[in-house]
Amino acid sequence: MSLSSEIMAELHKDYIYNLMIKGEREDGRAFDQYREIQIDTNVIEKAEGSARVKLGDTHVVVGVKIQPGTPFPDTPDQGVIITNLELIPLASPVFESGPPREDAIELARVVDRGIRESGAIDLSKLCVTAGEKVWMVFIDVHVLDDGGNIMDAAALGSIAALLTAKLPAKRFDLGEDSPVPIRDVPVAITAVEIGGSIMLDPSLNEQRIAGTKLTVISNQKGALSGMQKSGVHPLTTEQINYIVDIAIEKAKELRQKFLEI
Amino acid sequence: MSKPEKLIENGIRLDGRKPDELRPIKIKVGVLNRADGSCYFEFGGNKVIAAVYGPREVHPRHQQKSTSAVVRYRYNMASFSVEERKRPGPDRRSIEVSKVSREALEPVIFEEYFPRSAIDIFVEVLQADAGTRTAGINAASIALADAGIPMKSLVSACAVGKVDDTLVLDLNKDEDNYGQADMPIAMTPDGKITLLQMDGHLTNEEFKEGLEMAKRGCVAISEMQKAALVEKYSSQVEGDVLE
Repeated sequence: MSLSSEIMAELHKDYIYNLMIKGEREDGRAFDQYREIQIDTNVIEKAEGSARVKLGDTHVVVGVKIQPGTPFPDTPDQGVIITNLELIPLASPVFESGPPREDAIELARVVDRGIRESGAIDLSKLCVTAGEKVWMVFIDVHVLDDGGNIMDAAALGSIAALLTAKLPAKRFDLGEDSPVPIRDVPVAITAVEIGGSIMLDPSLNEQRIAGTKLTVISNQKGALSGMQKSGVHPLTTEQINYIVDIAIEKAKELRQKFLEI
Repeated sequence: MSKPEKLIENGIRLDGRKPDELRPIKIKVGVLNRADGSCYFEFGGNKVIAAVYGPREVHPRHQQKSTSAVVRYRYNMASFSVEERKRPGPDRRSIEVSKVSREALEPVIFEEYFPRSAIDIFVEVLQADAGTRTAGINAASIALADAGIPMKSLVSACAVGKVDDTLVLDLNKDEDNYGQADMPIAMTPDGKITLLQMDGHLTNEEFKEGLEMAKRGCVAISEMQKAALVEKYSSQVEGDVLE
């Protein structure tokens, strides 16, 4: 970050902090309110599944490509999920080209864990011939515009894309195309802590100022599938428990609104 | 090993522990000569070694910060540390582990005392048996103290998980492989959480209970960390007096 943007962040910090004390946010949202969400699916015809998510100013496109491949030796009868996320320089002045760095890797791995650990995809149904051929599901998240909270946009986009994805069996002479076997719909909810207050769905400015982020991924039953604290500021047990409680509720709301199968 | 039928029998885990029991811990402070601070940490079957260098000049220079030190953390697994040889060098997992581990320790380091300098933490996993990131954080925290880096407190870390529908402290490899959830945390002695990750399946209630269990584990580890540091530094004082 350049010095001038550091100074701007410092100035902005006071502004956002003072608003926070009054119980307000820069864009007028309530602390637990998400920005406007728009999800469009099947936006890329060449992909087996795809989704475009707009979460406020944040804009991501997720493409799911599916092809046959060899299973891992320790799970010969299970399909494979590979999640990748790139913070390409098109999306922000602070993103640089080159191999993914720790932020992008962390985002990708948390999205991946949410889908994997919630059992969202029934991997045993992705087996074609045990030990030889299984379906490999590649989830690629392309961030186009960083308006803050890429995490939740990427997670929403990934599951939305999977819900519309088809196994391209016909193309590989493996029978008829069929939907990806989806069993659960995990939703990631990210909160930030600013001066002791908790806010959901941080905007770019809020995220820059926040000491720490906590992402909570919950499944359809309201149980937890994944969690990740990111950032240097510590959290108290009370703050964590509070975030988990509201995240589970918020996830239900988003799931109902956008991801009803 | 294939999945055992039961991971807990009559309230006792396969390695003989009770659900809320930690694996044996062995700590040695100051095991390396060249490093400014170091620590060897055994946590059950995990063997990790942490070294701290710094505060020292930042290379490459553009990484330096004008108002505070940069803390860098490199978690690395030896290729022989696991059953199947691991390809040497950083992979996506170790990059993520390095990031969250660094963030687990940064809150206790007085970074603002050392502008334009680097504090480098290197963690080498010599043998892995589930819980390497927590072992690494425990070791690194002691190595930082051994290097004389000004700190607000130590940081202690351990994981809690779920196996056979029971919450258990400090998963071993089989419990990690065949268990239902894994949640590593790190915490300061005053109860602030500096690392929190979770994967698997936990209900909200289980999560809250698990967090408390992990915190109790961290408190126990914190005592051992302190004891190890006291042991090293008090024995040196005694030696001087006798001469």
